[in-house]
Amino acid sequence: MTRRLLIAAACLALITVPLWIGNNYYVNIASQILIYAVFALGLNVLVGYAGLVSLGHAGLFGVGCYAAAWLLAGGFGHLTAALIALLIILATSAAFAVLSLRTSGIGFVMITLALGQILWGLAYRWIGLTGGDNGINVPSRPAPFGLSLASAAPFYYFTLIVFALAVASMAVFVASPFGASLRGTRDQPRRMTALGYNVWLIRFLAFLFSGFWSGVAGLLFCYFNEFVSPNVLALSSSAEVLLMVISGGSGTLLGPIAGAALVVIMKNVASAYIERWNFVLGAIFVAIVIFMPEGLVPGSVRLWRWLWAGARRFPVRGGVR
Amino acid sequence: MSQWLLLGVNSITLGGLLFLLSAGFSLIFGLMRIPNLTHGSFFMLGAYLGVTFLGLGFDFWLAALLAAAAMAVVGGGIERLLLRRLQGQELAQVLVTLGLSFMIADLCLMLWGGDPIPLDTPPGLGGAVPIASIVFPTYRLAIVAIAVVIAVLLWLMLERTRLGAMIRAGVDDPAMARVTGIRVSRLFTIVFCLGAAIAGFAGVIGGPILSVYPGLDSDMLPLALIVVILGGTGSLLGALVGSLIIGFLYNYGQVLFPELAYIILFLPMLLILLFRPQGLFGSRVP
Repeated sequence: MTRRLLIAAACLALITVPLWIGNNYYVNIASQILIYAVFALGLNVLVGYAGLVSLGHAGLFGVGCYAAAWLLAGGFGHLTAALIALLIILATSAAFAVLSLRTSGIGFVMITLALGQILWGLAYRWIGLTGGDNGINVPSRPAPFGLSLASAAPFYYFTLIVFALAVASMAVFVASPFGASLRGTRDQPRRMTALGYNVWLIRFLAFLFSGFWSGVAGLLFCYFNEFVSPNVLALSSSAEVLLMVISGGSGTLLGPIAGAALVVIMKNVASAYIERWNFVLGAIFVAIVIFMPEGLVPGSVRLWRWLWAGARRFPVRGGVR
Repeated sequence: MSQWLLLGVNSITLGGLLFLLSAGFSLIFGLMRIPNLTHGSFFMLGAYLGVTFLGLGFDFWLAALLAAAAMAVVGGGIERLLLRRLQGQELAQVLVTLGLSFMIADLCLMLWGGDPIPLDTPPGLGGAVPIASIVFPTYRLAIVAIAVVIAVLLWLMLERTRLGAMIRAGVDDPAMARVTGIRVSRLFTIVFCLGAAIAGFAGVIGGPILSVYPGLDSDMLPLALIVVILGGTGSLLGALVGSLIIGFLYNYGQVLFPELAYIILFLPMLLILLFRPQGLFGSRVP
């Protein structure tokens, strides 16, 4: 019951963000958090539920970005551009999946990293297609049903709707038999094979699902910035979203969302005070992996309990033995 | 014609540098089963340390050796202090090396600034050697010679010494190596020190050609990654052949298809992944 109340409160808070947050700058940060939350939810399908850590997801995010930007800059309408971009995202995800699912574990990490770097190289060096470092400008944000998304609040609501769809699809997926079989392939791939499941196909479909939402996030990001540059495909971008998933707690529904909020807020706060965001990112990464591998939320609870238990085990009484 | 030959020499030079980078990467991968994502950072940090040592008035080669020694300490420290805590958790180790690579990159940017720093060619090697009517830059030939010497030394170490035999045993079967009394965990530290030192050394001697700039690490790391996927993990010969292939593809691709050079680089990797996932000379799928 309290759980439902909490969810209702969270929904209400999300819906009313532009009303109480005041400044457009903060509304835009909220939109960014939602976009990255969609991205992190997408990656979480692989990292959390399939046990496959991808370091190339910025590639899929970037393909969504670039496909939409290129089509829009080429004069296509918004609906056509979005649909074609979604097809391209699915095709790229399928290609990534076919190549990387030949292995799992560390091999998977390496191959996805290399594939991500290929796409980064394409965006950076194939100047004729992508404009290289200059990137591509997007002429306008879409206007679904004639509603303009040009200002911050309407765009926030647009993002919120997509985010809600993503969360809903994740909730359905996690509860579905398919979600259960995916977790099965994560924990016991050989037993799943012995039970007659096609492990490869399950992972392939999960990869498509994951790539789809990552690409959709990319599409949103392209609308948000109205500009794309090779930076969105960089390895640091893949690492950032992986940090969101891991820091929030992979394999949970809320973890990646919390992680996205944490990283985006930290990034904005950190860059206001210090230039060294990448150093902070790296340091947090190392600290989380070493001290709280299960994620910040469960990790802090465990650390707190441990400290509490430690304090009670060694009560402070005069003198040290 | 001579232009293509010169390009060939450049390719072999790059191949030599890549070999120095990926030999350590490959050994670490073979032994510890993890791609060390800080390896590109070792290359860059070594190069920057070389810049500092040169600024202090050291001789070029001494600066390179000092940078190598410093990198050995850094590499060993990372292995002992961080990776050792996560023994057996390969994924966590990879993520730690990734986090470290960001930290090192940002640290270098903070300490040495964002402008590319060109290194002077060491005195005496600045000229060019005419061989059969074609003029080859001396320094590039010197790099090739150094790479060959280090390759031979590494090969002798691996094939002819007790330490090398232990490393090979660890690469083939760590559990069995432990049972026979080899301290595999100590090998981890040794290989990490060695790999970092060679990478740092390569960074300095590559400086006069590549110059030192922020982003050098993320330019070199994928190359080392492809080399190892091509050649197979833990194989010195694989690293050598892979480096040469990539050296040639990179240089000729750059001239023939400037916009697609980067893609061409990855094509052989895709083919290998599809048809021979253990790599050309590897025995195990990563």
